[in-house]
Amino acid sequence: MLGADLGRRLREGDLAAAPDTLNLLESTAAPDRAQAAALQHELSPAALGGEAPGHIVGVTGPPGSGKSTLLSALVRRWRARGSTAAVLAVDPSSRRSGGALLGDRARIDFDPADRGVLIRSTAAGTRLGGLAPATRAAAQALAAAFDVVVIETVGVGQAETEVAEVADTVVVVVQPASGDVLQFLKSGIMEIPDLLVVTKADLGPLALRTRRDLGAALRALGSHSPVLAVSALPPGEGIDELIEALRARRAELDLSPRRLRSRRAQALSEYEREHGARGVRALGGRRGAQELLRGEDPGLEVPALVAALERAAPGECSPPGEGSPPGECSPPGEGSPLRERSPRGARSPQQSRPIAARAEEAGR
Amino acid sequence: MSHPERTPAGASESTADSPRLSQPDRPWIMRTYAGHSTARASNELFRRNLAKGQTGLSIAFDLPTQTGYDSDEELARGEVGKVGVPISHRGDMAALLDGIPLGEMNTSMTINATAAWLLALYVVVAEERGVEPARLQGTTQNDIIKEFLARGTYAFPPGPSMRLIADTIAYTVHSVPRWNPINICSYHLQEAGATPVQEIAYSVSNAIAVLDAARERVGQELMGEVFGRISFFVNAGVRFIEEHAKLRAMAILWAQIGRERYGVQDPRHLRFRYGVQVNSLGLTESQPENNVQRIVLEALAVTLGRDARARAIQLPTWNEALGLPRPWDQQWSLRIQQVLAYETDILEYPDIFDGSTVMNGLVDELLTGAREEMAAVAEHGGTLEAVPYMKAAMVDSQRERLRRIEDGEQVVVGQNRFTESERSPLTADAEGGILVVDPAVEAEQIDALRRWRSQRDQAAVDRALAELARVAREEDPQANLMAPTIAAARAGATTGEWAATLREVFGSYRAPTGVGDAAAPAHDEELERLRAQVAHLQEQLGRRPKILVGKPGLDGHSNGAEQIAVRARDAGMDVVYEGIRLTPAQIAASALQEGVHVIGLSILSGSHLELIPAVIAALRDAGVDAPVVVGGIVPEQDIEPLRRAGVAAVYTNKDFEINRIMGEILDLVAERAAQPAAAQPAPA
Repeated sequence: MLGADLGRRLREGDLAAAPDTLNLLESTAAPDRAQAAALQHELSPAALGGEAPGHIVGVTGPPGSGKSTLLSALVRRWRARGSTAAVLAVDPSSRRSGGALLGDRARIDFDPADRGVLIRSTAAGTRLGGLAPATRAAAQALAAAFDVVVIETVGVGQAETEVAEVADTVVVVVQPASGDVLQFLKSGIMEIPDLLVVTKADLGPLALRTRRDLGAALRALGSHSPVLAVSALPPGEGIDELIEALRARRAELDLSPRRLRSRRAQALSEYEREHGARGVRALGGRRGAQELLRGEDPGLEVPALVAALERAAPGECSPPGEGSPPGECSPPGEGSPLRERSPRGARSPQQSRPIAARAEEAGR
Repeated sequence: MSHPERTPAGASESTADSPRLSQPDRPWIMRTYAGHSTARASNELFRRNLAKGQTGLSIAFDLPTQTGYDSDEELARGEVGKVGVPISHRGDMAALLDGIPLGEMNTSMTINATAAWLLALYVVVAEERGVEPARLQGTTQNDIIKEFLARGTYAFPPGPSMRLIADTIAYTVHSVPRWNPINICSYHLQEAGATPVQEIAYSVSNAIAVLDAARERVGQELMGEVFGRISFFVNAGVRFIEEHAKLRAMAILWAQIGRERYGVQDPRHLRFRYGVQVNSLGLTESQPENNVQRIVLEALAVTLGRDARARAIQLPTWNEALGLPRPWDQQWSLRIQQVLAYETDILEYPDIFDGSTVMNGLVDELLTGAREEMAAVAEHGGTLEAVPYMKAAMVDSQRERLRRIEDGEQVVVGQNRFTESERSPLTADAEGGILVVDPAVEAEQIDALRRWRSQRDQAAVDRALAELARVAREEDPQANLMAPTIAAARAGATTGEWAATLREVFGSYRAPTGVGDAAAPAHDEELERLRAQVAHLQEQLGRRPKILVGKPGLDGHSNGAEQIAVRARDAGMDVVYEGIRLTPAQIAASALQEGVHVIGLSILSGSHLELIPAVIAALRDAGVDAPVVVGGIVPEQDIEPLRRAGVAAVYTNKDFEINRIMGEILDLVAERAAQPAAAQPAPA
């Protein structure tokens, strides 16, 4: 699979390139990592001439709150309005024995012949309630071609932090009479969402009361985030209002600062995952790394930002084209900071080469 | 000494000086679960069966009819006339019942989501022949909760489904008083892996949900009548002593609930009445002749003790694990019943377990367990709310059962022990000893259906369906759907139109799969080996191996698919489990979007030769070249055609070692990954 090719196709709005793109972004194999970097290069704000236009919406809520039913209704309505939609469902099922059962997909109904809808399920990583490792990159890539990219996660409370980092808009979904969300909001455990949705409005007074309580809690916190009540069961209610609220928010939203912040955060976390705490210390700690990232071109894609960090780590790894032959990086020896604390365990020298070097290779 | 909690209805009638009954009991109603191809062909079969001494009818409907689709809809492809008869309108029903005396016949219909509709067609055909509804006798299965739990032929969401059931109960109790409007099924729970305790607890909880819904319609004064019309459809496995105890326990529990929860006093209303089809789950494809003795012993479980004897029996056939039974196979099963009833002395005695401390002890044990489990269901907020809990519990039980068989802890003669065998003459014929439905049937049925639609008064049909939709939207609990349903049947509407009208109002629904909550297994060396294989493969692929498991077509028997999904997870794979009722296009779209490395398809309805090649074609169209493996009831002679169609491996009832299957699936993925990928573009 040629990453650059896939990137170009997505840039031109070819939705059929999406599945292969996701396969590539999820892969940890060294050649695939290089192709993935090339793919992301084609979708950088510099290459796109701006941020990817798709609206990245995080939809999160406790289990049983009706997220899938709601998404099913939203996807249908989006399609009816001519918008394309991708759903990245991050399944919370803990990886028992390493494997995972990804069941959510079955609950989102859509026309299989319709290429304007894509649903991809991934298992959440080892972190509680977090995203899957490739979710951020996937959302950013798909936003180049789809009108809406939904990241569906399960949780209430701290778990949303990750999705808030990558999404343009965070929608928290609650069912009537769920006191948890109210408590989390009041106590400040939960960040204030951009939109709150109370599902199962067909339950009547209970849903209305929940909506009222949540609205009051938000106002007390000085927030003007809308609270909507929806029923996804036929005949359905509130779905159009929700779509309208999302559209209005997207229209008034300046994507750039959020997306830029998200790319920088992601670059740092990927760098850290690759090179450990010592790698970060080599950059003068997190603060130093953030400083470095702020100095980089805002149009760069994540792998390019990681490469910039790697270049800046003094003496640890020669950047391609400077000193060592292009694409070659001397395998870090014993005691090298880059060797240490790699969470994925021992790697071959091939695998621990910097991402930038691999992207360079892939371009050839 | 009788059981201390014994139901008053079960009093024995032996005379003081003789251990025998003064007069032998009458035999139970003998049925054969039958129907296939077309209404006409099924009618011939019914008449032949009645001529052989069968005393009631048991109609098997095909899957499109059961799930509310017409024969010409996409989901119906390959399923028309397979596991039962297609009935699309009153013309089909009239042909099916041609020459059958409806005023005298006792007819059981295995129909659930669309029960109200099929009952309406039955009533309308009787009306055309001048038979009053009040004279009709029979049963509509009409049990939706077990469809959500185990059988999968539901059509509408839980709420509206329960409303349809309550509506049929309210209608029959007034207008068709000799009809059993619902048969609460524990049968399918056992088939899905339920233990005896789960079977009792979940089916009785199910009955409570139905009775609660009915009470809102008919009022307390009729609750005795309603309670008395609720019958059960149970299962019996080969551990026939415990299975008999299970039925005695159900009788006790049932009477208790009638008295305490619904204030029923009349002992006739409190009687536990049940029909039975004995276990198919334990029937094997290996040495299939052994199934005959299994069936005989299971029949004893439901006939031995007079206090808990079945009212109606239908027995499976020796070759069910191989494919669809032929009339001769069904005759053999009917003869088993006849030998039991007419040759043995089984009907001559009062209850032979009366005073047995062993039997009473078994009954007590089951009652205690069932009451605990019913409390757990109640804690989940009631039966409907507890569906995901019950489903997950049964998936776990089934997994435990399969593990015991795999490990040899549970002996299955001819399958995991005593496997040496001579060649069986029973399967030596060209068809392998099963019924093959002529594939031309589907096209014929579709032609006939289109003729029907073109010849009826379309305006009348439209009016009737509009009225049906209007009543469906009503929120008044007294707005009964039976009246507009009967009117639509009279007008000539079709099964698909009736169901589509209600789907439009009620929405469609997907039941929980139960696999997500299945517990992780204990330490297991074979699984460890599989996990190592997965880890190695992950390095080769760059991603964790990902499998799509799904069921094409309308067949809702999902046990096999669920067990494969759970085991694949336990082996460390990422599993996309899509559940039941998928079109080839849906499977292809999922495989593509999810980026899976292998696809596992399960079919038990006999439609594999139509559906599997269609799925493979859809996959290749979508550009997915992942290997496809198939599991289910696949006759030996169909394996080669499937392989030619592109299937990499076929697994049937013989392949009970799931870990071996997993290993082979992983090998397939590894092989495919090692091939120079033709689908990948060469670097420019």
